Amino acid sequence: MSDDKNIKSEIPQWPNTIYNTIKSKNFSQVCYVPDAGHSKLITLCESDTDIDCVTLTTEEEGVAMLLGTWLGGKKGLLLMQSSGVGNIINMLSLAKTCRYPMLMLVTMRGEWGEFNPWQNPMGEACRPVLEKIGARVFNVEDSINVETTISAAAEFAFNSQQAVAVTLSQKLIGTKNFLTDMK
Amino acid sequence: MIKEKNKLDRRKVAQKLLKGRKDILVITGLGGTCWDITSAGDDDLNFPMWGGMGGASMVGLGLAIAQPDKKVLVVTGDGEMLMGLGSLATIAAADPENLSIIVFDNEHFGETGMQKTHTAKGTDLVKVAEAVGFRNVSVIENQESLESFDIKTHSQNGPMFCVIKISNNNPTPVLPPRDGAYLKDRFRQALLGKKSAI
Ligand SMILES: Cc1ncc(C[n+]2csc(CCOP(=O)(O)OP(=O)(O)O)c2C)c(N)n1
Repeated sequence: MSDDKNIKSEIPQWPNTIYNTIKSKNFSQVCYVPDAGHSKLITLCESDTDIDCVTLTTEEEGVAMLLGTWLGGKKGLLLMQSSGVGNIINMLSLAKTCRYPMLMLVTMRGEWGEFNPWQNPMGEACRPVLEKIGARVFNVEDSINVETTISAAAEFAFNSQQAVAVTLSQKLIGTKNFLTDMK
Repeated sequence: MIKEKNKLDRRKVAQKLLKGRKDILVITGLGGTCWDITSAGDDDLNFPMWGGMGGASMVGLGLAIAQPDKKVLVVTGDGEMLMGLGSLATIAAADPENLSIIVFDNEHFGETGMQKTHTAKGTDLVKVAEAVGFRNVSVIENQESLESFDIKTHSQNGPMFCVIKISNNNPTPVLPPRDGAYLKDRFRQALLGKKSAI
Protein backbone atom coordinates (compact mmCIF):
# COMPACT_ATOMS: atom_id res chain seq x y z
CA MET A 1 0.00 0.00 0.00
CA SER A 2 1.24 3.45 -0.82
CA ASP A 3 1.51 6.12 1.87
CA ASP A 4 -1.16 8.05 0.05
CA LYS A 5 -3.72 5.35 0.52
CA ASN A 6 -2.84 4.98 4.15
CA ILE A 7 -3.47 8.65 4.78
CA LYS A 8 -6.75 8.55 2.89
CA SER A 9 -8.07 5.61 4.86
CA GLU A 10 -7.46 7.60 8.05
CA ILE A 11 -9.74 10.46 7.08
CA PRO A 12 -12.87 9.81 9.12
CA GLN A 13 -15.96 9.16 7.06
CA TRP A 14 -18.54 9.34 9.85
CA PRO A 15 -19.26 13.08 9.34
CA ASN A 16 -20.28 12.24 5.76
CA THR A 17 -22.43 9.43 7.10
CA ILE A 18 -24.19 11.86 9.45
CA TYR A 19 -24.64 14.36 6.63
CA ASN A 20 -26.14 11.73 4.31
CA THR A 21 -28.45 10.53 7.08
CA ILE A 22 -29.84 13.97 7.89
CA LYS A 23 -30.25 14.69 4.18
CA SER A 24 -32.25 11.51 3.70
CA LYS A 25 -34.51 12.64 6.54
CA ASN A 26 -35.08 16.12 5.12
CA PHE A 27 -33.46 18.25 7.77
CA SER A 28 -33.40 21.80 6.44
CA GLN A 29 -32.02 23.85 9.34
CA VAL A 30 -28.76 23.25 11.16
CA CYS A 31 -27.62 25.46 14.03
CA TYR A 32 -24.49 25.22 16.07
CA VAL A 33 -21.82 26.53 18.34
CA PRO A 34 -18.86 24.85 16.68
CA ASP A 35 -16.73 22.08 18.08
CA ALA A 36 -13.65 20.72 16.36
CA GLY A 37 -15.37 17.34 16.22
CA HIS A 38 -18.24 18.83 14.20
CA SER A 39 -16.11 20.86 11.81
CA LYS A 40 -16.41 18.55 8.82
CA LEU A 41 -20.16 18.12 9.20
CA ILE A 42 -20.52 21.91 9.49
CA THR A 43 -18.55 22.40 6.27
CA LEU A 44 -20.75 19.86 4.48
CA CYS A 45 -23.94 21.55 5.71
CA GLU A 46 -22.73 25.05 4.89
CA SER A 47 -21.95 24.09 1.31
CA ASP A 48 -25.48 22.68 0.88
CA THR A 49 -27.85 25.32 -0.47
CA ASP A 50 -30.88 23.36 0.77
CA ILE A 51 -29.76 23.66 4.37
CA ASP A 52 -30.04 26.91 6.32
CA CYS A 53 -27.09 27.08 8.71
CA VAL A 54 -27.25 29.37 11.73
CA THR A 55 -24.24 30.15 13.90
CA LEU A 56 -25.30 30.65 17.51
CA THR A 57 -23.69 32.69 20.26
CA THR A 58 -24.79 30.13 22.85
CA GLU A 59 -26.32 26.69 22.53
CA GLU A 60 -29.59 27.57 24.29
CA GLU A 61 -30.47 29.76 21.32
CA GLY A 62 -30.58 26.59 19.25
CA VAL A 63 -33.12 24.89 21.51
CA ALA A 64 -35.45 27.88 21.18
CA MET A 65 -34.79 28.16 17.46
CA LEU A 66 -35.75 24.54 16.81
CA LEU A 67 -39.12 25.18 18.44
CA GLY A 68 -39.70 27.86 15.82
CA THR A 69 -38.44 25.53 13.12
CA TRP A 70 -41.04 22.95 14.10
CA LEU A 71 -43.82 25.53 14.46
CA GLY A 72 -43.02 26.39 10.85
CA GLY A 73 -43.20 22.77 9.72
CA LYS A 74 -39.50 22.11 9.14
CA LYS A 75 -36.89 19.89 10.73
CA GLY A 76 -33.76 21.17 12.42
CA LEU A 77 -30.62 19.88 14.04
CA LEU A 78 -28.51 21.37 16.87
CA LEU A 79 -24.78 20.67 17.00
CA MET A 80 -22.68 21.32 20.08
CA GLN A 81 -19.97 19.92 22.31
CA SER A 82 -20.66 18.43 25.72
CA SER A 83 -19.82 21.68 27.55
CA GLY A 84 -22.64 23.29 25.57
CA VAL A 85 -25.13 20.94 27.21
CA GLY A 86 -24.53 22.95 30.38
CA ASN A 87 -25.85 26.01 28.57
CA ILE A 88 -29.20 24.59 27.50
CA ILE A 89 -30.86 22.98 30.48
CA ASN A 90 -33.57 25.53 31.26
CA MET A 91 -34.34 26.03 27.56
CA LEU A 92 -34.93 22.29 27.22
CA SER A 93 -37.98 22.86 29.44
CA LEU A 94 -39.56 24.08 26.22
CA ALA A 95 -39.07 20.72 24.55
CA LYS A 96 -40.57 18.90 27.50
CA THR A 97 -43.51 21.28 27.95
CA CYS A 98 -44.36 21.88 24.31
CA ARG A 99 -43.44 18.36 23.17
CA TYR A 100 -41.69 19.28 19.97
CA PRO A 101 -39.17 17.04 18.29
CA MET A 102 -35.56 18.06 18.37
CA LEU A 103 -32.35 16.29 17.58
CA MET A 104 -29.04 17.29 19.11
CA LEU A 105 -25.66 15.89 18.18
CA VAL A 106 -23.20 16.30 21.02
CA THR A 107 -19.49 15.73 20.50
CA MET A 108 -18.04 14.53 23.78
CA ARG A 109 -15.15 16.03 25.69
CA GLY A 110 -13.94 15.15 29.15
CA GLU A 111 -14.89 11.56 28.69
CA TRP A 112 -12.09 9.39 27.25
CA GLY A 113 -8.40 10.23 27.30
CA GLU A 114 -9.14 13.93 27.80
CA PHE A 115 -6.20 16.34 27.61
CA ASN A 116 -7.96 19.33 29.19
CA PRO A 117 -9.35 18.66 32.68
CA TRP A 118 -11.58 21.76 32.49
CA GLN A 119 -13.77 19.73 30.15
CA ASN A 120 -14.30 16.91 32.61
CA PRO A 121 -17.14 18.26 34.78
CA MET A 122 -19.54 18.68 31.85
CA GLY A 123 -18.22 15.52 30.23
CA GLU A 124 -19.40 13.66 33.30
CA ALA A 125 -22.63 15.62 33.84
CA CYS A 126 -23.68 15.61 30.18
CA ARG A 127 -25.86 12.50 30.07
CA PRO A 128 -27.44 12.77 33.54
CA VAL A 129 -28.50 16.39 33.11
CA LEU A 130 -29.93 15.76 29.66
CA GLU A 131 -31.92 12.84 31.02
CA LYS A 132 -33.07 14.80 34.07
CA ILE A 133 -34.64 17.48 31.88
CA GLY A 134 -36.39 14.91 29.72
CA ALA A 135 -34.14 14.28 26.72
CA ARG A 136 -33.39 10.74 25.58
CA VAL A 137 -29.71 10.06 25.05
CA PHE A 138 -28.07 7.59 22.69
CA ASN A 139 -24.32 7.14 22.53
CA VAL A 140 -22.09 6.18 19.60
CA GLU A 141 -18.59 4.88 20.12
CA ASP A 142 -17.90 3.16 16.84
CA SER A 143 -18.20 4.45 13.28
CA ILE A 144 -20.11 1.36 12.15
CA ASN A 145 -22.99 2.44 14.42
CA VAL A 146 -23.17 6.05 13.30
CA GLU A 147 -25.79 5.69 10.58
CA THR A 148 -28.15 3.42 12.49
CA THR A 149 -27.93 5.49 15.67
CA ILE A 150 -28.48 8.89 14.03
CA SER A 151 -31.28 7.43 11.96
CA ALA A 152 -32.96 5.76 14.94
CA ALA A 153 -32.52 8.88 17.07
CA ALA A 154 -34.16 11.06 14.41
CA GLU A 155 -37.06 8.63 14.08
CA PHE A 156 -37.44 8.57 17.84
CA ALA A 157 -37.44 12.37 18.11
CA PHE A 158 -39.91 13.01 15.29
CA ASN A 159 -42.24 10.07 15.94
CA SER A 160 -42.45 10.78 19.66
CA GLN A 161 -42.16 14.59 19.52
CA GLN A 162 -39.40 14.75 21.99
CA ALA A 163 -35.84 15.95 22.53
CA VAL A 164 -33.20 13.39 21.65
CA ALA A 165 -29.43 13.75 21.97
CA VAL A 166 -26.84 11.57 20.33
CA THR A 167 -23.51 11.78 22.10
CA LEU A 168 -20.53 11.12 19.85
CA SER A 169 -17.86 9.57 22.04
CA GLN A 170 -14.21 10.57 22.04
CA LYS A 171 -13.63 6.95 21.10
CA LEU A 172 -15.27 7.82 17.77
CA ILE A 173 -14.04 11.36 17.18
CA GLY A 174 -10.61 10.93 18.73
CA THR A 175 -9.13 12.74 21.70
CA LYS A 176 -7.71 16.17 21.17
CA ASN A 177 -4.15 16.84 22.28
CA PHE A 178 -3.28 20.50 21.85
CA LEU A 179 0.45 19.90 21.93
CA THR A 180 0.45 17.47 19.01
CA ASP A 181 -2.77 18.41 17.17
CA MET A 182 -2.52 22.17 17.08
CA LYS A 183 0.94 22.43 15.53
CA MET B 1 -36.60 61.43 30.02
CA ILE B 2 -40.28 60.96 29.39
CA LYS B 3 -42.57 61.50 32.37
CA GLU B 4 -44.11 58.25 33.57
CA LYS B 5 -47.66 59.54 33.08
CA ASN B 6 -46.90 60.37 29.45
CA LYS B 7 -45.59 56.91 28.63
CA LEU B 8 -47.54 54.59 26.39
CA ASP B 9 -49.99 52.09 27.82
CA ARG B 10 -48.83 48.57 26.94
CA ARG B 11 -52.30 47.14 26.32
CA LYS B 12 -53.22 49.95 23.96
CA VAL B 13 -49.89 49.54 22.17
CA ALA B 14 -50.56 45.82 21.70
CA GLN B 15 -54.00 46.49 20.31
CA LYS B 16 -52.72 49.10 17.89
CA LEU B 17 -49.87 46.86 16.71
CA LEU B 18 -52.01 43.83 15.99
CA LYS B 19 -55.01 45.57 14.50
CA GLY B 20 -55.69 43.94 11.14
CA ARG B 21 -52.80 41.51 11.65
CA LYS B 22 -54.28 38.87 9.30
CA ASP B 23 -51.75 36.07 8.92
CA ILE B 24 -48.82 37.54 10.83
CA LEU B 25 -47.24 34.85 13.01
CA VAL B 26 -46.76 36.17 16.54
CA ILE B 27 -44.41 34.91 19.25
CA THR B 28 -44.42 36.55 22.68
CA GLY B 29 -41.85 36.49 25.44
CA LEU B 30 -42.81 35.41 28.93
CA GLY B 31 -44.17 37.99 31.33
CA GLY B 32 -46.13 41.09 30.44
CA THR B 33 -46.05 40.75 26.66
CA CYS B 34 -47.69 37.33 26.90
CA TRP B 35 -50.71 38.97 28.56
CA ASP B 36 -50.61 42.08 26.32
CA ILE B 37 -50.80 40.13 23.10
CA THR B 38 -53.55 37.92 24.50
CA SER B 39 -55.53 40.98 25.58
CA ALA B 40 -55.46 42.09 21.95
CA GLY B 41 -57.11 38.79 21.04
CA ASP B 42 -56.10 35.17 21.54
CA ASP B 43 -55.32 33.74 18.12
CA ASP B 44 -54.29 30.34 16.78
CA LEU B 45 -51.33 32.02 15.13
CA ASN B 46 -50.06 33.38 18.45
CA PHE B 47 -47.42 31.43 20.27
CA PRO B 48 -47.35 32.97 23.75
CA MET B 49 -44.39 31.74 25.77
CA TRP B 50 -44.81 30.98 29.47
CA GLY B 51 -41.14 30.06 29.94
CA GLY B 52 -37.85 29.78 28.10
CA MET B 53 -36.76 33.25 29.19
CA GLY B 54 -34.37 34.71 26.62
CA GLY B 55 -35.59 32.43 23.84
CA ALA B 56 -38.50 34.27 22.21
CA SER B 57 -36.49 35.94 19.45
CA MET B 58 -34.81 32.68 18.53
CA VAL B 59 -38.16 30.91 18.26
CA GLY B 60 -38.97 33.70 15.85
CA LEU B 61 -35.80 33.06 13.85
CA GLY B 62 -36.45 29.33 13.42
CA LEU B 63 -40.00 30.11 12.34
CA ALA B 64 -38.98 32.92 9.99
CA ILE B 65 -36.48 30.67 8.20
CA ALA B 66 -39.03 27.85 7.99
CA GLN B 67 -41.74 30.17 6.62
CA PRO B 68 -39.99 32.72 4.38
CA ASP B 69 -43.27 33.88 2.82
CA LYS B 70 -44.90 34.78 6.12
CA LYS B 71 -44.23 37.73 8.40
CA VAL B 72 -43.03 36.72 11.84
CA LEU B 73 -43.37 39.14 14.75
CA VAL B 74 -41.75 38.64 18.14
CA VAL B 75 -43.11 40.87 20.91
CA THR B 76 -41.14 40.61 24.12
CA GLY B 77 -40.11 42.48 27.26
CA ASP B 78 -36.84 44.27 27.96
CA GLY B 79 -35.89 41.74 30.65
CA GLU B 80 -36.54 38.81 28.33
CA MET B 81 -34.60 40.46 25.51
CA LEU B 82 -31.66 41.23 27.79
CA MET B 83 -31.36 37.55 28.70
CA GLY B 84 -31.04 36.72 25.01
CA LEU B 85 -28.87 39.62 23.82
CA GLY B 86 -26.62 37.22 21.96
CA SER B 87 -29.56 36.14 19.87
CA LEU B 88 -29.69 39.63 18.38
CA ALA B 89 -26.21 39.01 16.95
CA THR B 90 -27.31 35.58 15.73
CA ILE B 91 -30.39 37.03 14.04
CA ALA B 92 -28.54 39.92 12.44
CA ALA B 93 -25.99 37.46 11.06
CA ALA B 94 -28.73 35.14 9.75
CA ASP B 95 -30.45 38.19 8.22
CA PRO B 96 -34.04 36.93 7.85
CA GLU B 97 -36.03 39.47 5.85
CA ASN B 98 -39.37 38.45 7.35
CA LEU B 99 -38.57 38.70 11.06
CA SER B 100 -39.49 41.65 13.29
CA ILE B 101 -38.68 42.00 16.96
CA ILE B 102 -40.52 44.55 19.06
CA VAL B 103 -39.48 45.11 22.65
CA PHE B 104 -42.02 46.53 25.09
CA ASP B 105 -39.57 48.39 27.29
CA ASN B 106 -40.90 49.34 30.72
CA GLU B 107 -37.34 49.42 32.08
CA HIS B 108 -38.37 46.87 34.72
CA PHE B 109 -38.79 43.18 35.33
CA GLY B 110 -42.53 43.60 35.69
CA GLU B 111 -43.46 40.03 36.38
CA THR B 112 -41.13 39.59 39.32
CA GLY B 113 -41.87 42.70 41.36
CA MET B 114 -40.78 45.65 39.22
CA GLN B 115 -37.05 45.57 39.73
CA LYS B 116 -35.20 47.94 37.39
CA THR B 117 -33.62 46.37 34.31
CA HIS B 118 -30.46 47.49 32.57
CA THR B 119 -32.45 49.73 30.24
CA ALA B 120 -33.27 51.88 33.30
CA LYS B 121 -29.56 52.18 33.95
CA GLY B 122 -28.20 53.15 30.55
CA THR B 123 -28.45 50.14 28.24
CA ASP B 124 -29.85 51.20 24.88
CA LEU B 125 -31.29 48.14 23.15
CA VAL B 126 -31.65 49.94 19.82
CA LYS B 127 -27.95 50.75 19.84
CA VAL B 128 -27.17 47.15 20.74
CA ALA B 129 -29.24 45.94 17.81
CA GLU B 130 -27.55 48.42 15.51
CA ALA B 131 -24.11 47.45 16.74
CA VAL B 132 -24.68 43.76 16.02
CA GLY B 133 -25.85 44.47 12.48
CA PHE B 134 -29.56 45.36 12.39
CA ARG B 135 -30.15 48.05 9.79
CA ASN B 136 -33.89 48.51 10.25
CA VAL B 137 -34.14 49.85 13.80
CA SER B 138 -36.46 52.32 15.47
CA VAL B 139 -37.75 53.55 18.79
CA ILE B 140 -41.28 54.64 19.63
CA GLU B 141 -41.73 56.87 22.64
CA ASN B 142 -45.00 58.70 22.12
CA GLN B 143 -48.49 58.40 20.72
CA GLU B 144 -47.60 60.26 17.57
CA SER B 145 -44.84 57.90 16.50
CA LEU B 146 -47.00 54.93 17.52
CA GLU B 147 -49.82 56.20 15.28
CA SER B 148 -47.52 56.46 12.28
CA PHE B 149 -46.05 53.00 12.88
CA ASP B 150 -47.50 50.26 10.73
CA ILE B 151 -46.10 46.80 11.27
CA LYS B 152 -46.67 45.73 7.66
CA THR B 153 -44.69 48.59 6.13
CA HIS B 154 -42.06 48.94 8.83
CA SER B 155 -41.26 45.24 8.74
CA GLN B 156 -40.22 45.44 5.10
CA ASN B 157 -36.47 45.22 4.65
CA GLY B 158 -36.12 43.11 7.74
CA PRO B 159 -34.88 41.92 10.05
CA MET B 160 -36.50 44.77 11.93
CA PHE B 161 -35.88 45.75 15.54
CA CYS B 162 -38.01 48.27 17.40
CA VAL B 163 -38.18 49.38 21.01
CA ILE B 164 -41.45 50.79 22.29
CA LYS B 165 -41.10 52.65 25.55
CA ILE B 166 -44.12 51.82 27.70
CA SER B 167 -45.30 52.81 31.14
CA ASN B 168 -44.48 50.50 34.03
CA ASN B 169 -48.03 50.00 35.15
CA ASN B 170 -48.65 46.31 35.64
CA PRO B 171 -52.16 45.49 34.44
CA THR B 172 -53.91 42.30 35.52
CA PRO B 173 -52.75 39.37 33.37
CA VAL B 174 -54.98 38.23 30.51
CA LEU B 175 -54.07 34.58 30.22
CA PRO B 176 -53.72 32.59 27.01
CA PRO B 177 -53.97 28.79 27.17
CA ARG B 178 -51.04 27.52 29.20
CA ASP B 179 -50.40 24.04 27.87
CA GLY B 180 -47.36 24.26 25.63
CA ALA B 181 -48.15 21.15 23.60
CA TYR B 182 -51.65 22.47 22.91
CA LEU B 183 -50.33 25.89 21.86
CA LYS B 184 -47.81 24.26 19.54
CA ASP B 185 -50.35 21.94 17.91
CA ARG B 186 -52.92 24.72 17.60
CA PHE B 187 -50.38 26.95 15.89
CA ARG B 188 -49.17 24.23 13.52
CA GLN B 189 -52.67 23.24 12.56
CA ALA B 190 -53.63 26.85 11.80
CA LEU B 191 -50.47 27.37 9.77
CA LEU B 192 -49.90 24.00 8.15
CA GLY B 193 -53.31 22.33 8.19
CA LYS B 194 -54.67 19.14 9.75
CA LYS B 195 -52.00 17.00 8.14
CA SER B 196 -49.46 18.59 10.46
CA ALA B 197 -50.60 16.26 13.24
CA ILE B 198 -49.73 13.11 11.33
C1 LIG C 1 -34.42 31.74 33.41
C2 LIG C 1 -35.40 32.56 34.18
N1 LIG C 1 -34.98 33.48 35.07
C3 LIG C 1 -35.84 34.23 35.74
C4 LIG C 1 -37.19 34.06 35.56
C5 LIG C 1 -38.19 34.90 36.35
N2 LIG C 1 -38.84 35.87 35.48
C6 LIG C 1 -40.08 35.67 34.96
S1 LIG C 1 -40.63 36.95 34.09
C7 LIG C 1 -39.24 37.83 34.39
C8 LIG C 1 -39.05 39.25 33.95
C9 LIG C 1 -39.59 39.58 32.66
O1 LIG C 1 -39.32 40.94 32.49
P1 LIG C 1 -39.61 41.64 31.13
O2 LIG C 1 -39.19 40.77 30.02
O3 LIG C 1 -39.05 43.00 31.17
O4 LIG C 1 -41.19 41.65 31.06
P2 LIG C 1 -42.28 42.60 31.75
O5 LIG C 1 -41.59 43.65 32.56
O6 LIG C 1 -43.01 43.18 30.60
O7 LIG C 1 -43.15 41.67 32.53
C10 LIG C 1 -38.34 37.11 35.16
C11 LIG C 1 -37.02 37.59 35.60
C12 LIG C 1 -37.61 33.07 34.64
N3 LIG C 1 -38.91 32.82 34.39
N4 LIG C 1 -36.70 32.35 33.96
